[in-house]
Amino acid sequence: MNYNWNWHIFLEPNPMGTGTYLDMLLAGLVLTIKTALLAWVLALIFGSVIGVLRTLPSRTAYWIGFCWVEFFRNMPLLVQLFLWFFVLPELLPRGAGLWLKQLPNAPYWTAAIGIGFFMSARVAVQLQAGIGSLPRGQKNAATALGLTTVQSYRYILLPMAFRIILPPLTSEFLNTIKNTAVAITIGLIELTGQARSMQEFSFQVFEAFTAATVLYLLVNFIVVTGMRFLERYVAIPGYISGK
Amino acid sequence: MLGSFDFDVIRRALPYLFLEGMRFTLTLTALAAFGGLVFGTLIALMRLSGYKWLGRIAGVYVDFMRSLPLVLVIFWFYFLVPYIGQWLTGASRPITVGAFASSLITFIMFEAAYFSEIMRAGIQSISKGQPAAASALGLTYAQSMRYIVLPQAFRNMLPVLLTQTIVLFQDTSLVYVLSIPDFLGAASKVAQRDGRLVEMYLFAAVVYFTISCVASFFVRRLQARIAIVR
Repeated sequence: MNYNWNWHIFLEPNPMGTGTYLDMLLAGLVLTIKTALLAWVLALIFGSVIGVLRTLPSRTAYWIGFCWVEFFRNMPLLVQLFLWFFVLPELLPRGAGLWLKQLPNAPYWTAAIGIGFFMSARVAVQLQAGIGSLPRGQKNAATALGLTTVQSYRYILLPMAFRIILPPLTSEFLNTIKNTAVAITIGLIELTGQARSMQEFSFQVFEAFTAATVLYLLVNFIVVTGMRFLERYVAIPGYISGK
Repeated sequence: MLGSFDFDVIRRALPYLFLEGMRFTLTLTALAAFGGLVFGTLIALMRLSGYKWLGRIAGVYVDFMRSLPLVLVIFWFYFLVPYIGQWLTGASRPITVGAFASSLITFIMFEAAYFSEIMRAGIQSISKGQPAAASALGLTYAQSMRYIVLPQAFRNMLPVLLTQTIVLFQDTSLVYVLSIPDFLGAASKVAQRDGRLVEMYLFAAVVYFTISCVASFFVRRLQARIAIVR
């Protein structure tokens, strides 16, 4: 291979004047994590509401949940980001649209909201499956004790369901982190974006992408390890995964 | 607002969008799904082979691919494939690889990791008596896989494989980062040329949504039919 390897490139100053190339990549990593965390919070909030709606005895609630999930699941994430970023400001009234367009950090907020809603559909499906996997007796017992629907979800069903679906939620969180890379298309310079601009400035393609790869693997490893501890901590006694 | 919505822009762009863009997207999806299934099955067989190192290599490959964002993998292969081609053919400089070939290789290698996990679950869902009976009949390992285990595993996993293919169909839109005119790329090109972002992106969204919805409806029906047979 006639490719000039130069692993010292990371310690050389970057042309942006923000320190070395390594600093550039680390800034990208921080932005990746920040975007992913905000998106994940949104995904959990909306996903939980929609997931619960899909299990309620009401037909209307079920349909709202069904439409939400189908809407966000059947479009590529990239298209959804374009809709949020390019189309939404045009469809709003003039003033609101202008305000959206001039928002500082628009790519960051758009990416977090877009990815958050996209992931909320997946969280909702997982939660629905989690609630569905509980024995029917749990809900009946809650009703027999005189708990209202809200109370039985709050104290009986949801605490069980969330603990059961923790492993699939972990992989959805990892997906959220990976999906932030799609936001490169609306100008969010996160980890992949920084690796790409490092490649353009320095021509060291493979060093830049190797560093980004290693950082993604590291984040992955930390999340998986952390979640394994959490899983053990909240495991339900009496289940296979329990103590 | 919608008052200035220009349907004519869409109508004029239709031939380009579908004959060029959608053809690229569908060809890429079909070939990548086929290639991903073949390689994915091989990886799954490696993992279940019982040879420690073979299984470990396959496991590392799958975990590695699954922890990277697809966008990064697309960039990786885009820059790496010319060098691999040079290495394979012994040419003196990195060979030029077309946009289609580059993205096809990327998606086959990437999807193989996901398809392999599905096929692994499929193979493991076959009861032990089946390969045991096959070897009692005197079939070799290859024969028992070819005639007994894999057909059943494939059949059991067909709905999941098809669902993964729908995900793949949506993911092919990410070749946008290489400025390749797939369906979304073509829509975006027209959008920027005519200054009609709203119309083109809304139209692209509707098309993706319709195709994915119809496809997943048929997958659900197939799933119901298979469930009755078993």
